[in-house]
This record gives sequence, C-alpha cells and structure tokens, in this order.
Amino acid sequence: MTARLRKTADSFRRTAGRGPRHAYSSVLGWGGRAKLTLCLALVAALVACTSYTEIPIETPIQPKLDVTPFQRIFIAGFIAGANEDVDANAETVRLLRSQLRNKGIMRVIDADILPLLEVAKPSGETPVPPAPDQQAVAPVQAPDPSKPPVFNDEKDLEPYNHIFANVAYWKRIGEEFQQPLIVTGSVLFAPQQRSGFVQREQEVYDSFGRRQVVPVRTYMERKGFVLRPTFIFIDGRTGETLHSETFREEILYNANQQTPALSSYFELMDRLLPAFLNTLSSQKIKGTRTLLK
Amino acid sequence: MSVRPLVLALFVVVASAPSAWAEQRGQAKEQVEFGIQVAQRGLWKEAIFRWERATQLDPSYAAAFNNLAVAYEHQGQLAKARAAYEKALTLEPNNALVRQNYDLFKEINDRAAQKDGGQL
Repeated sequence: MTARLRKTADSFRRTAGRGPRHAYSSVLGWGGRAKLTLCLALVAALVACTSYTEIPIETPIQPKLDVTPFQRIFIAGFIAGANEDVDANAETVRLLRSQLRNKGIMRVIDADILPLLEVAKPSGETPVPPAPDQQAVAPVQAPDPSKPPVFNDEKDLEPYNHIFANVAYWKRIGEEFQQPLIVTGSVLFAPQQRSGFVQREQEVYDSFGRRQVVPVRTYMERKGFVLRPTFIFIDGRTGETLHSETFREEILYNANQQTPALSSYFELMDRLLPAFLNTLSSQKIKGTRTLLK
Repeated sequence: MSVRPLVLALFVVVASAPSAWAEQRGQAKEQVEFGIQVAQRGLWKEAIFRWERATQLDPSYAAAFNNLAVAYEHQGQLAKARAAYEKALTLEPNNALVRQNYDLFKEINDRAAQKDGGQL
C-alpha cells in the first residue's frame, strides 16, 4: 500500500516537473485535449457570433391630427349612460381635461359639460304603444325620463349618434368658445360576465419532490367591465368632423373578486390614454433594441 | 499564345478575393463598433453615418443593416427602418435577434399606421 502511494507520488512529481502543458496533456490525454480545445473554440465562436448590445430607444410617433390651426381645445362631453357607480361622461371629461392640461398640449377650455343626451334625445321618444295581445299579458313600463338611460352595448348608443353629424350645432358651439378643437363622442362602460375555460399555471411536485409549473385548463366564472369609447374631433370653425377613433378595452376578474367599477374604469382608460394623446401630439414610445457587432 | 500568364493572373485574382472581402468586412466591422459606441452616448446621427458606411463597405453585413434600422427607428424614420430590417433579415433569415427587433418595430409601426386609417 505504502509502495503504491509512493509510486503515485513519484509519478505526479514527474508529471508536474514537466510543466503545466505536459501535466495538462497527461491528465486529459490527446483526445481529451482536442475535445477541450474544440469546446473552447466553439464557445469563443458562439460568443463572437452573438456579440450584441442592448440599447434603449424612443420611437417618436407623429400626431394623427394636425392641430396647428387650433389654440384651444374643448372637451365638450360624451354620450354615456349611467352604469354601476361610474358617470362615464363626467369622469371621461375630467380625465381628458386633466391629462391635456398636464401635458400642456393645448389650452384646455374649462366650461360646463354639454348636455349631449338631452340635445341628442332620439326624435321618436314617445313610447310605442304595445300590441293588444301583449297588453293583456303584462303592463309595459315606460322609461323614467328623469333617470339617465343605461347603455349596455353599441346598439343602445346608435339613436344618439346623429348629434355628431350635426354640423350647425357644433359650429354654434365653436362660435361660443372661440372656435376651438372640440372633442366629443360616446363612452360605453358596461359590466360583463364571461364563463369558460381559462388556462392558468399550477405548481405540482413529482414523486421526487421536484417543483414543476404546468398549464392547467379550468372552468371559471369571470366578471369585469368593457370600455368602448369613441373620440370624435370636430373643427370648431366649421362644425365638421376631422377625425374619429374607437377603442375597446376590457378587464375580467374572478367572480368572487370585488373590484370597484371606478377603479376598473380608470385602469381601462389608462391603457388607451397614450393613443388618445397621440392624436393631438407626437408621442415617444420607449423600448429596447439589440445592436449587433 | 501562352495561356500561363492568363492562368496566373486569374489565380492571383481568385486568391486575393477572399482577403479583399475580409478586409472590407474588417473595415465595416470597425464602423459598426464605432457606431455602437456613439449610439450608446446618444449620438444617433453619427451612428447612422457609421452604419450606412458599413453597409456600403459590406452590403452583406446583416448586423450593420440591423443597427441602421434601430437608429432609423429611434429617429422616427419608420419607412427606412422597415427597409433596413427587411434587408437584414434577407441576409440572415434565421437571426433571432434581428427578428425580435423587427417584431417589436412592427408593433409600433402598425400603431402608427392605424392613425392613417382612422383619419377621415
């Protein structure tokens, strides 16, 4: 045993005495050294091939509308019904005015919100008398004129849309406010409920106790809100529509989650505000790109 | 007529071609690397100049076209950026980094294009 140890030590000393290069070759052998060299070369090649640098960039997006002829902007109001706890008309006017003021894009006119629902009230407002056979079944309740209407989908808004094409009306409003750029439109903010299969990730542990995350499809009841605003930009000098844009955002939560309607409204508006602002001023979109060598 | 000088000349031309190409690639690479340095300092116009020079020196250098596209994008020259990205992808269709840049660019470009559709 002692002799064998001495022999090994001698062998090691002999190898070490020949310098690192020889020691290295004796440990790996010629085949091993070739493999290692090849691996190093491959790694070097890989590093050389994937030599890159990440760089932050800001892409300027030109405004969608030329607003140079206008000094002032008037967020006039929106066709929006009462839903949940949110007055979508008042909230949208307030939010857009404050955003425009903060960005200093144009001078914002601070005036009362126009009563567009009153102005645009459909002409055939008188309730249609029910058919005789229906009359016998149940009495039809006429809508309460003192309460604002409830809009649940786009069709509910249609009878009011004619107001936006009323050039004379908007020209008169323009004259009243010294011919600003007028912003109006409609805001549909409605609750929605959806059920179906949702894919989510679930933690599982296998028989060896290893953690894994696997996608699992589960049936879920979800509820939330849909926000569908249409922004119409009207020339206060002529009363004509310059630009119109419709957005749609929705948010869904677990059915047992209680989220206030107002916070959902702001979350959804927050998503589309950059696009709204980009109509009036150039925006810079921040991002990261890869530069290659 | 002796063919030997002709063959010799041809040999010289063929033999020197790869080295000439390597030299041009080397010069283009220098321009690309300098462009990256100045872009990192925010001097994008200088970077564009360098990367344009690199693409002229070596029109097969995908990285130069990619970088040029990024610079055009940063300057808001979206049409030029698209052309440069597409050239880079033509040269290196399987380059995942160029593809990723191009996908991100398209996302922004589509948003900008929507505005033209929305205009009445």
